[in-house]
Amino acid sequence: MESRPTAYLSTSGGTKMITESLLAPGHRGCAGCGASLAAKFILEGAGRDCIVCGPTGCLEVFTTPYPESAWRVPYIHSLFENPAAVASGIETALAAQGNTHTKVLVIAGDGSTFDIGIRSISGAFERGHNLTYVCYDNEAYMNTGIQRSASTPYDASTTTSPSGTVSYGNPFAKKDMPAILVAHGSPYVATASIAYPKDVIRKIKTATETEGPTYVQIHVSCCTGWYFDSSLGIEVVRLAVETALYPIFEFVNGELGKVHKIRQKPVEEYLRIQKRFAHLFKDESGSDEIAKIQAIADENVRKYGLVRN
Amino acid sequence: MPEKCHKDDSGGEMTGKLKSGRQVVEGSYAVAHAVAMCRPDVISAYPITPQTHIVEDLSQFVADGAIDSKYINVESEFSALSALVGASAAGARTYSATTSQGLALMHEVVFNMAGMRLPAVMTIVNRSMSAPINIWNDHQDSIAERDSGWIQLYVEDVQELVDTTVQAYLIAEDQEVSLPVMVCMDGFILSHVFEPVDLLDQKAVDEFLPPFKPVSILNPEDPKSFGMFVDPEYYMDFRYLVEQAMDQSRSKIGDAARSFESAFGRYYGDLIDTYQTDGAEIILVAMGSLVGTLRDVVDDLRSKGVPVGLLKIRAFRPFPADEIAEAIAGAKVVCVLDKNISLGTGEGAVFTEIKASLYNNGIRVPVIGFVIGLGGRDIPVGTVQQIVSNAEDVIKHGIEADSIFVDLRRH
Repeated sequence: MESRPTAYLSTSGGTKMITESLLAPGHRGCAGCGASLAAKFILEGAGRDCIVCGPTGCLEVFTTPYPESAWRVPYIHSLFENPAAVASGIETALAAQGNTHTKVLVIAGDGSTFDIGIRSISGAFERGHNLTYVCYDNEAYMNTGIQRSASTPYDASTTTSPSGTVSYGNPFAKKDMPAILVAHGSPYVATASIAYPKDVIRKIKTATETEGPTYVQIHVSCCTGWYFDSSLGIEVVRLAVETALYPIFEFVNGELGKVHKIRQKPVEEYLRIQKRFAHLFKDESGSDEIAKIQAIADENVRKYGLVRN
Repeated sequence: MPEKCHKDDSGGEMTGKLKSGRQVVEGSYAVAHAVAMCRPDVISAYPITPQTHIVEDLSQFVADGAIDSKYINVESEFSALSALVGASAAGARTYSATTSQGLALMHEVVFNMAGMRLPAVMTIVNRSMSAPINIWNDHQDSIAERDSGWIQLYVEDVQELVDTTVQAYLIAEDQEVSLPVMVCMDGFILSHVFEPVDLLDQKAVDEFLPPFKPVSILNPEDPKSFGMFVDPEYYMDFRYLVEQAMDQSRSKIGDAARSFESAFGRYYGDLIDTYQTDGAEIILVAMGSLVGTLRDVVDDLRSKGVPVGLLKIRAFRPFPADEIAEAIAGAKVVCVLDKNISLGTGEGAVFTEIKASLYNNGIRVPVIGFVIGLGGRDIPVGTVQQIVSNAEDVIKHGIEADSIFVDLRRH
């Protein structure tokens, strides 16, 4: 294999260097883009011998502007709602060719995953294809201008669930996608956050080395869509974890396994630094809504046992 | 015209063992057998009437180990074709079959697959489009995909279906074409009919059809990006390249037909075929199984001295404009029988396209269109004879109505 330019990333510890990036620098992601960091970590975990399927979305658009591609692994984009089906076909073709080593990955946004592509995901998982589906979850349709998806959290203001005089933003709770895939009998379902790169890399490695359809959902910050200073990209998603609004866990063969334990912080610390929740702090009436969001966090703590005893 | 056959009639057929030689088989079995002889690596399909017997037979072949293909039981037609996008990009020979609503559900993938220049062969078991819901034959489903970049071949009978299926892989996988092909067969009329068919021999097909050798595949040893984001600076050029490939396929379709004839002794024409057009004043134009009925009418009327001929369109895409113009130039009237309607134009697509293609060729033969047989409405010989009478009136008096809905219950 030809030698490639090397890029180094520092992990959360700041000392350990990870290896050459399989996602080339110079792509067109926004400054502070969380999805591009996730893509680097995913490829670090998956290694060179993989094929990546992406749906239409931010990552696809900013990494493949013809005639430039940032992908140093084979990459295919077909449509918005079909990467799980395309990956099914790739995996089946590899099996027909007797190739048992190349890993097949989907790297898709939450709109494709939670909403429009769920039929093909359900089919691929039910059929048991040997593939890893990774969702980079930035909690709205960022590529088209921050419209609400089924992953958008309660009360977040988006361009199609805006806050207004009679609205607190998105009126629906975030869909529990990991539970849906656990229910499909997936042998490995995990959540992760780009605030913890080593955990992301380990989970991708585990997922791709596990036989069968596996799912990893990675919380990625989007300064453009959540409205915060791009220098805070890692801090924001870390607060999502520390407030229990984004629980980090893994399900192995349907059983809850390792959980990222936290010292729970109040949800205000997370909400206050993002303008998508600014309407909750305009006047006192927002406090009831913040209490509802706190209840969501508390339920996560109870459900997954997030707090150290 | 053959009677429609019910599933029960084929009960004894489903042994899964591949038959060989000349056999009386159901049309669906015949296409499944032809597909098997082409050794697809990946088959992906979703059941829908009247396509089901094809995929049932293929599933049985796989279950019995009679073929090596991998069969993906997808959850929708949308995923059926999406899976083939992935499989084809990974270097696999691929196959699917669908019809009507299933093809409509695939629509987005249909365009995508052609634009990505991924060859595949898909049997379209032609059926009407809902609403109203109807499971019988017309050509509305595939006609609606005419702008997608898929080659479309229409067949007259089961033997032609078998032989065209094999030719379709040769055309699709030719590196100068590299486009997917729809082989269109009339639902029930061909899919559920039992006819004597020469089933193809594996060795002969292996000699005729070389293994799939794609230009580029998804390969970690040589990573490439497929399906990239293309802005206005490049987009139009990619679309032009698809058109160019479509244009290159014109000669390849004829080449495939002729090399098939050398290998197997059967030939069905190039992009078009003609029958009794020499000296014909009236030429009937059609696609699919209706052509068989028209042959009988032409024979009958010719025996009575009526100068009528027949033009069969094999390839609707690429559209054989020049071939049609040449074939009809000497006629006094052309009658186009369309099993589809482009709503809002009052006429069928074949009629519209033939008229359009003649205009700049300076050919001013009167052309009249007949929307006929929608949703499985029968097309008896008497109806075709009436169309010929209409044509005789046009020769005498000129065109009164240029597009006619045939055998409507109410006008």
